[in-house]
This record gives sequence, structure tokens and C-alpha cells, in this order.
Amino acid sequence: MREVAIVSFSQSRHVRRDTRNEVEILMPVVHEVVERSGVARPFDFTCSGSTDFLQGQPFAFVMALDAAGAWPPIAESHVEMDGAWALYEAWVKLQTGEADTALVYAFGKSSPGDLPEVLSRQLDPYVLAPLWPDAVSLAALQARAWLEQKGRSERELAEVVVRSRRAARANPHALLSGDLEVEKLLAEPYLAAPLRRHDAPPICDGAAAVVLAAGDVARRVCKRPAWIRGIDHRVEAHALGARDLTASPSTRIAGERAGVGRGAVDVAELHAPFSHQEWILREALGLGAGVDVNPSGGALCANPMMAAGLIRIGEAARRISDGTARRAVAHATSGPCLQQNLVCVLEGA
Amino acid sequence: MASPCAVIGIGQTHHTARRDDVSIAGLVREAALRALEDAALDWRDIDAVVLGKAPDMFEGVMMPELYLADALGAVGKPLLRVHTAGSVGGSTAIVAASLIQAGIHERVLTVAFEKQSESNAMWALTVSTPLQATVVAGAGGYFSPLIRGYMRRSGAPEDTGIRVALKDRSNALKNPYAHLREPDISFERVASSPMLWDPIRFHETCPSSDGACAMVLSSERALSRGAHAPAWVHSTAMRSEPTQFAGQEKINPLAGRECAKELYRKAGIRDPRKEIDVAEIYVPFSWFEPMWMENLGFAPEGDGWKMTYEGATALDGDMPVNCSGGVLSSNPIGASGMLRFAEAAMQVRGQAGEHQIDGARVALGHAYGGGSQFFSMWIVGSARP
Amino acid sequence: MSDSDDAKPVKSIKTPMRLAYQYTAGQATSRYLRGIGQGRILGQRCPSCKKVYVPPRGSCPRCAVATTEEVQLSDKGTVTTFAIVRVPSENISVPLPFASVHILLDGADIPFFSVVQGCPLDQVRIGMRVRAEWVPREELAPTATSIRWFVPIDEPDVPFEKLEAAL
Repeated sequence: MREVAIVSFSQSRHVRRDTRNEVEILMPVVHEVVERSGVARPFDFTCSGSTDFLQGQPFAFVMALDAAGAWPPIAESHVEMDGAWALYEAWVKLQTGEADTALVYAFGKSSPGDLPEVLSRQLDPYVLAPLWPDAVSLAALQARAWLEQKGRSERELAEVVVRSRRAARANPHALLSGDLEVEKLLAEPYLAAPLRRHDAPPICDGAAAVVLAAGDVARRVCKRPAWIRGIDHRVEAHALGARDLTASPSTRIAGERAGVGRGAVDVAELHAPFSHQEWILREALGLGAGVDVNPSGGALCANPMMAAGLIRIGEAARRISDGTARRAVAHATSGPCLQQNLVCVLEGA
Repeated sequence: MASPCAVIGIGQTHHTARRDDVSIAGLVREAALRALEDAALDWRDIDAVVLGKAPDMFEGVMMPELYLADALGAVGKPLLRVHTAGSVGGSTAIVAASLIQAGIHERVLTVAFEKQSESNAMWALTVSTPLQATVVAGAGGYFSPLIRGYMRRSGAPEDTGIRVALKDRSNALKNPYAHLREPDISFERVASSPMLWDPIRFHETCPSSDGACAMVLSSERALSRGAHAPAWVHSTAMRSEPTQFAGQEKINPLAGRECAKELYRKAGIRDPRKEIDVAEIYVPFSWFEPMWMENLGFAPEGDGWKMTYEGATALDGDMPVNCSGGVLSSNPIGASGMLRFAEAAMQVRGQAGEHQIDGARVALGHAYGGGSQFFSMWIVGSARP
Repeated sequence: MSDSDDAKPVKSIKTPMRLAYQYTAGQATSRYLRGIGQGRILGQRCPSCKKVYVPPRGSCPRCAVATTEEVQLSDKGTVTTFAIVRVPSENISVPLPFASVHILLDGADIPFFSVVQGCPLDQVRIGMRVRAEWVPREELAPTATSIRWFVPIDEPDVPFEKLEAAL
């Protein structure tokens, strides 16, 4: 395996409803990540993640290309998935040896549509989608299963929220942050039992970008590159009834393949849009109590769809690069109730 | 540094206006099963799956890889979904190949599809917001002014497009999978067909098809004992340029020219017209054949139409193009690019049946998308690189 | 229950989908549309290559930088290429057949998509001079449809070579 590292990361300030369009949000993010990287354009490869259904228009990624700078022509690709998978495609490209540098970006405006409804379009079009099961209700089904099968409590959900919001106070990009109290949270009404509003992610608009570089290029431009020591992703069956919703087996497999257990983990950025999912993911990855989970505040504090997974990787990388962590795990998810998961292990040396 | 990648299985569906006998899952599975069969392999022999298709609004399913995970045998495996507009079928194959070339997987299944009958493709292509006036009627509306520009600039005879359409539709009669198989196709039929977006006539336009294409890619180590020899990937290339900027050359896009240059360089090809035996290129409107002949460096700028006129691109010409009938005969949009890549591989495997070019050893697969801005290409050969 | 031996298998289901979106114009498009609402066509000039874009998108795709300098453009221009559209499409509001055109507005550096009306179709040609036909003053609003279409004007055609150079 070729040595590939994240050498810079940038994201927008995530807001509930951005008055800028997607290109206007993305462009400053791309400019910043490129400047910070020390890598001169053109990049050997560019890859992005986004989805048309968020935008309500086909070819969302084509319009965004203006922000990336595609002149003179560039080697560029796109996945209709979270930017974490765009990063994976770029990592693979660097592994082939055909590229030494890559620009990865992702963006999404969730504000134009009704996100939970829009996400119901991800479901089987013949037998599930016509019932319009919204994303929050599906997550609630999973939360209920987890609470009962694992004998856990709603208090534990509230604890995740309190910890996340408190951590987000140090994150200028987060939408939600603050000092909350478990008892007050438990007194809030249900959104879709057993989930309360704060157990679900905020709707927001945002973008993020990362620069990857291989071997000596990374060493030349970055004082402490965040080396990708392992990266893997797996998908589960689509039908919710065919899956173990309480355990995330695909995360466990991806974590094993990425080598999470090969050393101590200092920091883990887990893409858990719903509070109960953080517990499920911790368990799937075998993360003990000593791991600092979601120091950024996680998706509960800012969840720009299509960028949130990439941001987990970027946030983890940042903590490697600034020396606060020697070894970090980042996770990204896609699909209803954690159907598909990507795990990435980053190290400072 | 890259490990060699081989195509060891190819499958496609019988492309048609409407497959009302299978669901979307059934459609992709049909192509995938044929590819596995061709490779003499089973689902469990596949390490990863790469899916490609065009805008989700064509079927109304958001991120369909999630729904299709089971149908694609991807449960427990890595699954990617590529989307690069019309070139997606090609890009998807390139991403799949890179997984082998990077040594990450030994065997990858790649599938591209479109089940356009489930939604309304023309509507999906024209969806606009109240912030723009809707004046561009689908792809034909977008490209016809460019074609007019080429006609003007090159001085090509007006019936060049008709000749291309006649050739491709006649070739389709030799392809059992083609959508449009018209035994009574003739010059007069094409010429007298209604003008849709002047100068593009009805019979010079691609159909809207339901269809899927699949390939099994393998490392050298994991070659299987299928019925046909492997097609080796000699090189791949992708290039993109912005949709529109001031002074942009749209008829002979730089992204296409540079993509081809890199492709040939990596494959060690110096004279593409001589060294490539057959080409499958993305021609959704007949006039794109002469335009791409120039863009790909097979003919000097302004002379692409001569290749059509001289019969160079016919089955018995020196540079046969679209022996399968091409996009003009079958167009499941998300799959069309992969069909070009697959048909190129079929040629060098001796698998193309009635539309086989005898002795084809090096073939080009080409796809483009967007406003002539996304290009993906590969060169495959019967010899190991 | 009666015998259903003539019941046909279910081959498909129609599942209408309705998703409501509130589109954001973004800053550049908002300014452009406000200008349209005042009967003005506003483009933006790229600080790097100096080219004028219309409709402006707040960025230059060639240089990948933000564009802010506003340029008021004429509503007269030249047809750079065209197509006669004869196939119906759900989203088109103009009757068939119609001339779909690229127009290089005076002062702009990229063509603008629109439609030509008020002219026999066989007279639509490259180099033809046209002017925007606006809705009546009292109906002007910040929407692209404030410009109904373009109509020919009595000015000599721009020669092809000059157009090619401009583009």
C-alpha cells in the first residue's frame, strides 16, 4: 500500500438555511483547503460527493464544478454519495500510482426540501418508498430496537447529546452547541418516540474539502500529515427487517479491515446523525471509554448532508495534524439506519 | 506500479424501450448474472461492486445503490456508486479497474444501468428552477446548435449525419442486444424522418432505453476459466472541463482532446488510426461521429466527416466505429458508456459475434457526458500490457 | 370471493411523487433577477480574465474565482447558433416549433440561452441581430420570464468570422 495522507481540511460554517447557492458555499471552502495544503494546482485527481435529490435538480455536481476550477481540463470524477466515498475513490487513485495529489470536496443544502421526506426516496421504490417512511421515523424504529434488545436507556441518549453539544462549543463551524442538562432533555417531548428533537441531527447547509497527498509530497507540504493507515467500507442488506439494526455489522467489518483494533485509539469521529447510533457504532468499532468521541460535536451539532461523513474524516485528521491525537478513527455512514459504513484509521507517524 | 487489470466477463440486457417484466433490481441482476456466467464465476467470487448510472431522477430513486445492494450481491462488500453524467458508464468501469490496478481487490463486478421507462428522462433532463427560463429542450436541444456550428465550420455535406445513422442502425442488425433493430432502415428513411431539433432528425437520434451492462474485472492472479480470453486494460483516462465559459471551444472540446492524448500516451499508441483496430464511441446524435473522429485524433480538425463519407468507419473500413450499433441504436443512458467499454472488450476477446471485426487486438471505448464536458476512455487489448 | 382466473399479474405500479423545494437563487442570481425586475440585464466581470458572464453565477468557471463587478448589458445581441425545436417537452412554455438560440448580448462574452419569436423559422440565422422582448413594464418582476423572448431587429447581420473571433 502506498502511503497517502490528508494534508489539509476545510469546511464552511454550517447554517440552517444558507442564502448562498451551492457554488457560492463551496468555492471559499475549496480555496481555503487548497491554500492550506501547500499543494500547487493542478491536482492530479479531483473527486466530489453530492446528490441531486437534495438540490431538487439533476446534475448538482456539474454546477459545482465551477468552484473546483476545471480549467485547463482536469482528471475528475464524482460519486453520488457522501464525500467520504469520494475520498475513498481518490485514495484508490493514489494507490494506483497514477496520481500523487487529490482534491476531494462535498456539499449539500438540506434546506430546500423536507429532508426526512427526501431521504425516503432512498428506499425500495416498489414496496417501501410509496409508504413515505421518513428518515426520523426509521431511526426511531432502530432506537426502539436498540433500547429494548440491549437493555439501554433514554438517559444514555441524552448523555450523548449533552457531551456533543458541549464539545461543539469549541467548534466555530457547528450549528448547535451549548451547555445542556440531561434531566431537561429528558423532559422534552418526543419527536418520534423514543427520539426527541435533540436526538436527531439539525437540518443544515454546508460544504467541506480535503486534500490528499502521497508519500514524499505529503511530507514536503505538511509538517504532520494525517496518514491513512487503513480504510474500508461495507454495505448491508437494504430491507430493514433483514438487518440487525442494533449492531452495525458493516461498521464492525469495515473497522476490522481498516485495522482499528491494531492500536490504541485517541480520537474517534463517528458519523452518527442520531444519538443512539453513536452507541451502536462505538460498540461495532470496539471503542472503549477512554476514546474521545466526536470532539467536533459530531453530526448532532452539524449535519450537512453529503459532507458530514467527509467532515468526520477531516476533523479526525485535523487532530492528528495539530498533535492532539496520535491515532484516530473516522467513520461515515450512508442510507437508512446505518446501512452503509466507511471506516478510516489515521495516524500521525 | 499499477497491477494489470483484465475484463473476464461481460453481460448486458436486451435493450428496449420498456422492460415491464423486471424491476430495477431484476434488470441489473440480469446483466450481472450474464457477466458472472461469462466469467464462469459466482457471486461469492466477487470482492467489491461498483455501480454507475445517470441522474437519479431518471427512475425517481435516490442513491439506488442502497436499494440494489442485495440484487448486486454486495451485502457485506464494498459498494460504490459513480455518477459523472453521460460518461458515467465509462467512469464506472475506470473506477472498478483502479480497484484492481491498485491491488485492493482481486475481482470486481461493475454494473451500469438505466431504467428510463420508470420516470421521464426528458423531463428529468429539463428540470429547471423558477430561477431560470426553460428554453433548452433536453439533450437534443442543447447539442443541435453545436452541431450546426460544426456543419458550418467544417463545410461537411448536409447528409453526413444521415450516413452515420444508416451505418449504426445497420450495424445494430448484427447485435442481438440492440434496442433499435430496423431491417428496412435506408438512407431515404433516415432523410425523410421528421426534424426534431433542426438539424437533428428523428432517425439521427438515440432512443430512450431500459438496459444494463456488467463486467467482471480481475487481477492477473485471479483470472478465471471463462469461455473467452481476457481483454487487458492498456490504459484509462478521464477529463472534465467547465460547462460553459467565455471563449470555450465547445465543438472540439479540449477535455476530450487531452483525455485522448493521455490515453494514447499511457497505452504507447502513437498513431491511433493505425494502431487501434476498432472503436466504440459515444454518438447519441449522428453528427457526433465526425466530431469525435477529430476530437480523438483519428482525423485532422475539419476532416472527420470525410471518414464517414469514405466508409472508413464502416464495418469493412479501416477504422470501424460502433459496430454494435452504438448509442444511436441503444441508449440506456447510465449504461451507454459502459456498453462502449464492454463492446470494445468484446471485440478483442473475439466475442462480438456477427459484428466482430476479425483480428481485432486493440480497441477504444469512449464515453462523454454533460455539455460535452466529461470524458472517460479506455484502451483494451488481447495482449497483456 | 369470485374466481380470479382472468386476473392479470401486476406488472407495474404508478407511485406519484411530490417533493416541494424552495430554491435559493444565491447572491449573484438574486442580483441578476432584481435587475431583470427593473428591466435591466446585469452581467458580472471576472477579475482575472476580465470576461463578462451573463447570467452571472458569482464565479468564473474558467478561473475558479468569485466575480463581483457588475456590468450592465444591452438587451440587444447577436444569434451565435440556433436549433429549430419540433419535439414537445413538458417544461417548455413556447408553442412548437420554435427557434432555440444562443445570443451574444452586446457587452457579454458568453452566449445567453433563449428563444426567438416573431420571425419565420427559416429566417433564423447565425449572425442575426435581435433584441429582448420584455413583459409590459407593470408586469416586470424578478423572474427570468420577465424577458419573454428575443425578436429580430433591423440591423445588418454580424459576419460569421467576426462572431467566431468574439467567441
